[in-house]
Amino acid sequence: MHQVTTRTRASTIAGIAALALIAVGLILPAFAPRSLIQDLFFILTMLTLAQLWNLIAGFGGMVSVGQQAFVGIGAYALFAGVILWGWDPVPAILLGGLAAFLLAIPTAFFAFRLAGAYFAIGTWVIAEVTRLLIAQWKTLGGGTGTSLPREATSDIIGVEAIANLFGLRDAAARDVLAYWLALALAVATMAAIYALLRSRTGLALAAVRDNDNAAQSVGVDARRVKWLVFLAAATMTGLVGALIFMQTARISPDAGFSLTNWTAYVVFITVIGGIGRLEGPILGVLVFWGLQTAFADYGSWYLLALGLLAIATMLFAPRGLWGLIADRWGIALFPVQRRLILEGAKDG
Amino acid sequence: MIWLDVLVQGILLGGLYALFAAGLSLVFGIMRLVNLAHGDLIVFAAFAILLITATFGLNPFLAALIAAPLMFAAGWALQRFVLNRVLGKDILPPLLCTFGLSVALQNGMLEAFSADSQRLSVGPLESASIDLGPVTVGTLPLLTFASAVAAIFVLNRIFYTTALGRAFRAVSDDPTTASLMGLDPKSVFAIATGLAMVIVTLAALYLGVRANFDPSIGPARLLYAFQAVIIGGLGSLWGTLAGGAIIGVAQTFGAQINPEWQILAGHIAFLIVLLIRPRGLFPRAVD
Amino acid sequence: MALLSTHGLTAQYGQFKALFGVDLHVDPGECVAIIGANGAGKTTLMRSITGVLRNAPEMILHNGTPIGALPADQILQRGIAMVPEGRKLFPSLSVEENLLIGGQVRKGSGRWSLNEIYALFPILKDRRHSPGTALSGGQQQMVAIGRALMSNPGLLLCDEISLGLAPVVIRDIYAALPAIRATGAAVIVVEQDISRALAVADRVYCMMEGRVTLTAPAKDVTREAIHAAYFGAAA
Repeated sequence: MHQVTTRTRASTIAGIAALALIAVGLILPAFAPRSLIQDLFFILTMLTLAQLWNLIAGFGGMVSVGQQAFVGIGAYALFAGVILWGWDPVPAILLGGLAAFLLAIPTAFFAFRLAGAYFAIGTWVIAEVTRLLIAQWKTLGGGTGTSLPREATSDIIGVEAIANLFGLRDAAARDVLAYWLALALAVATMAAIYALLRSRTGLALAAVRDNDNAAQSVGVDARRVKWLVFLAAATMTGLVGALIFMQTARISPDAGFSLTNWTAYVVFITVIGGIGRLEGPILGVLVFWGLQTAFADYGSWYLLALGLLAIATMLFAPRGLWGLIADRWGIALFPVQRRLILEGAKDG
Repeated sequence: MIWLDVLVQGILLGGLYALFAAGLSLVFGIMRLVNLAHGDLIVFAAFAILLITATFGLNPFLAALIAAPLMFAAGWALQRFVLNRVLGKDILPPLLCTFGLSVALQNGMLEAFSADSQRLSVGPLESASIDLGPVTVGTLPLLTFASAVAAIFVLNRIFYTTALGRAFRAVSDDPTTASLMGLDPKSVFAIATGLAMVIVTLAALYLGVRANFDPSIGPARLLYAFQAVIIGGLGSLWGTLAGGAIIGVAQTFGAQINPEWQILAGHIAFLIVLLIRPRGLFPRAVD
Repeated sequence: MALLSTHGLTAQYGQFKALFGVDLHVDPGECVAIIGANGAGKTTLMRSITGVLRNAPEMILHNGTPIGALPADQILQRGIAMVPEGRKLFPSLSVEENLLIGGQVRKGSGRWSLNEIYALFPILKDRRHSPGTALSGGQQQMVAIGRALMSNPGLLLCDEISLGLAPVVIRDIYAALPAIRATGAAVIVVEQDISRALAVADRVYCMMEGRVTLTAPAKDVTREAIHAAYFGAAA
């Protein structure tokens, strides 16, 4: 008699703690200052982007440096929905997901034709092409960009209810709404990734990452798994992009398709925290937020240091900070490794 | 006649892109490493030439001669102390390492040289041109193209007729067996990256004398280089020249129609080739 | 003093232990055969000696010097050359380039040069501009042997050089062995073909499950003793 499990004692505790954290997160706006809500919005959106990049690169072996394409197209779709078709910004976020999904199809079609490491630059080219094309879209401001009209941002669904509930002004209530949406996206993304990794598809993904041909020979349809994961990650990235720019209410091609903001930072968060683990980006985003708060005023010195830090991580701790912690204490909060438990044997 | 002129300008521009691409292609061919900082290293070399020009009052061509061995040393050290340690079966670590390097280099140069546009000045040569009957071409673009042809010719000679080239091909085929022949693959890789940086210096020279440059333009040069490599077919240096020419021609034609379309047209040409010839125009049989 | 000796040599791949304290030695000019079934540890032993697998320094001595921890390229520099299992010719190199690269780093002082290799295996001269991998299996094996000889080694290791070849081809290849030994080089041949091994070697080691189970002069060894050492006493 035996069973296969991924559960560990730490993961049970982590599961309970995660539920408690989500509950606290939900009621936080009742007593937290507005600046904390804004910081948490930043942390949650970056965390979601990092988890999505971690999914395709860390778990799927598809190192994309073109994720800014999906952030940008998602944001522009929201602006188009609001400005051109008069949608409310909240449902227009869904347009962002749809647009990113549609863009991901040709992106995957082209980029998957490029072997190994050239995949990375292929995604980058697509992002550049998208940026240049969007810059030609004159009704949305062309190369200089545009803002959400005041009337659209002043009566977003739910803002008034939040304002009344917490006794806040409209601007602060909008932050709370964006924060809740970011929390929902972050939780949904991580839950979905966790479920995916524990499913048969997750096993197939691991097999594909480790060896495309070998995975195919044991019956894993590598192409299908890669397409599925890439499209899903792009769609979610588009939703996050739309949400971020709903919050800032202003967009330009350079901001929406920024390599630094939407790919470089995301890569650094994942790498420094620990790539190929769910815990990595969580730790990474906290470290990143700390660095950002302390040193962002130093501008390019700060980015220089981040770049060097990423190199140093790859050289000396390729599995990131979480890798160091896991090696030292052997804990996994979100285990995806399967372990065989023989009856009577003690749970490790 | 204008279109013939545009075509010739495009092909000559392709020479510059082939120079961007040759180093990238060399390194990928030998160690399957894609250096995401390649474009930034070109800009870095351009600043190095500028610095030598300014410090010693030299002509940029002479300054490049001094910069080349320094860049060789920089490439050698980069490979020896950083990239060799992350090369392996997994393509992720070297990619992320060079991505970190790209960001670090851009911002380091921004601090050191500011965001101002710079240019390498070569005096009257900049505006000199040669009348070739139906078209008149700039001397500098022509010189760039000739240098690209020469560089690719020399690289091919090194690759296929020298002991060093033999070592390059052997470690590329099978590093373990190459080590049984007494070769240290890591030393060979370091020499290869050093050599790639010499080509980068040459590319940087023409980048700097033909147009303005600043610390932020590296990534775009990486994309052009990459597109030339893929269009040409992995492992074919002459193919890379053809790939560069296709990107160059697409860009000059795009710019002729609408200046805003210059860059976009190059990217589109790349995607079309990728669509109809995924392995490039001149794919090597063995890869 | 032995040319090469191993002392309690162990090796493992991750959790899997492949060698359990192997002791053997080769004297200058001697030809030693190592026989054993698949998985006996023969190839692991070769990988350890050539530095592809690293060991503790003292586990392998060359002329009394500890070399167990040296990388492969330095092992070759000391005059230990390898004909790897499966030949492992470089596909991007022609036959002649494959030979040249063998002597590129270490030329050694001795008989072997490009012309001498062509004299030993005349067919290679006709095909010298072909890609190494375009040749027949037997010809490829000749290139692999020639490539190792180009460094004029004091010790030549041959890992399964008859594997997958027709008997008549194997005979041709082994016919080169006396010429190689005539230069004074010691040779280790790893073989699964017992009678072939006994015919060419001065001494034979038999391995099983990562251990040496028999060592004897080739002319004294009996079929029964080999059978016991090869398959275990119970068989």
